[in-house]
Amino acid sequence: MANIQTVEEAVMNIKDGMKIMTAGFLGVGAPLKMIDALANTNVKDLTLIQAVSAHPGETHDIGKLVKNKQVKKFIGAHIGTCPEIQEQYSAGTLEVEFIPMGTVVECIRAGGAGLGAVVTPTGLGTEVEEGRDKIIVDGREFLVFPPLKADVAIIKGCKADKLGNILYKGTTKGTNTIMALAADLVIAEVDEIVEVGEIPADNVGTPGILVDIIVQGDSHEERKKYFEDLWVRTKKIR
Amino acid sequence: MDSREIIARRIAKEFKNGMVANLGFGMPTMAANYLPEGISMTLQTENGALRFGATPKIGESDPDVANAGGAPITLLPGASTFEMDLSFAIIRGGHVDITALGALEVDQEGNIANWKIPGAFAPGMGGAMDLLVGAKRVVAALNHTDKKGNSKVLKKCTLPLSAAKCVDLIITDKAVIEVTDKGLLLKEVGPGLTVEEVVNCTYADLIISSDVKEMDI
Repeated sequence: MANIQTVEEAVMNIKDGMKIMTAGFLGVGAPLKMIDALANTNVKDLTLIQAVSAHPGETHDIGKLVKNKQVKKFIGAHIGTCPEIQEQYSAGTLEVEFIPMGTVVECIRAGGAGLGAVVTPTGLGTEVEEGRDKIIVDGREFLVFPPLKADVAIIKGCKADKLGNILYKGTTKGTNTIMALAADLVIAEVDEIVEVGEIPADNVGTPGILVDIIVQGDSHEERKKYFEDLWVRTKKIR
Repeated sequence: MDSREIIARRIAKEFKNGMVANLGFGMPTMAANYLPEGISMTLQTENGALRFGATPKIGESDPDVANAGGAPITLLPGASTFEMDLSFAIIRGGHVDITALGALEVDQEGNIANWKIPGAFAPGMGGAMDLLVGAKRVVAALNHTDKKGNSKVLKKCTLPLSAAKCVDLIITDKAVIEVTDKGLLLKEVGPGLTVEEVVNCTYADLIISSDVKEMDI
């Protein structure tokens, strides 16, 4: 059984200096309620690992944590949509490690899959090479990246059953399962918590054995309104 | 017609029926509006979907269905959604037929710079480096010159590269140029331009095709 907690209880597992993976893509499919709860704590010196950063337009998603100066390092592929990260990165107060998106995703996967490294052609001949090992396999050159692991992963699903099995919808499968594999403690924020058996086996995206804590996030209807308003304000829909 | 529309319309001519395509933001995405009649493509978005369609109307968006720009999209019949490790396996593994990406500079070795201007612009490479390495055909789209008239089609890129020796075709507002083993082959010139005018505003060495045409857009 996964442990069902409130966001306030779950966030107490996050301590100063931890490495945190958070799911989502520019805020879509992100555990917004857990991130808000973390932004209400004094936890600091966090290293955040994500594919991309927060949604453009306003402080939202991990932009809140950065604005509060709770983050000392960001590891990911893109910060161009998050003014708070860009500002602190330019000022030299926040460290950013840029890793190409497909590579950072594989590094997370390798971290949780028991693999020793990611071996990829992406980034060859660019400054991504700097400080990286290279190897030749069957006559072809590749860059070598170490796996990424985290203390805590905060993932976001549509439904969780009480065993922690998670169902996803739409384009939000994202990095949830690989992050759940790669972290010591896994917190899943979901729209709805259901009884065991209500999610058919065929629809389970992340197996429950990977999930430690489930928290109730906003409902689908609340999120629909939140994102619709955001997308109208930021002129993504007209 | 402004330069962006010229480029977008010309990119669209590269699209063939049944292709799997990943289009970068800006002019490449605009190109989808100029798909030739009878051409149907499968569009991929790197956050994890194939076969997406138009932007939904207000009231019809789904908070769980968006593109790689964080904007709402719709999923067409036959669409699939998947995790990002699979999405980038599709990209890096050579399962995307064509990608068109905006560029800051390109050069005569097929190098492309599109992610960083040291000291001025450093948003990160996103998924661009994977697309450039993995897509079967890479189209680089950019204005031929900067605002001062300096060529952005160079002998050697000056900005940090996004990938080395990966560009197949360069589409600008003034030219269509194929990257070949022997160098850059000028195949088409922009509307109303002569070969000489294009050569004069290009810093890279150009091989002139025996049958240079005006862009058909």
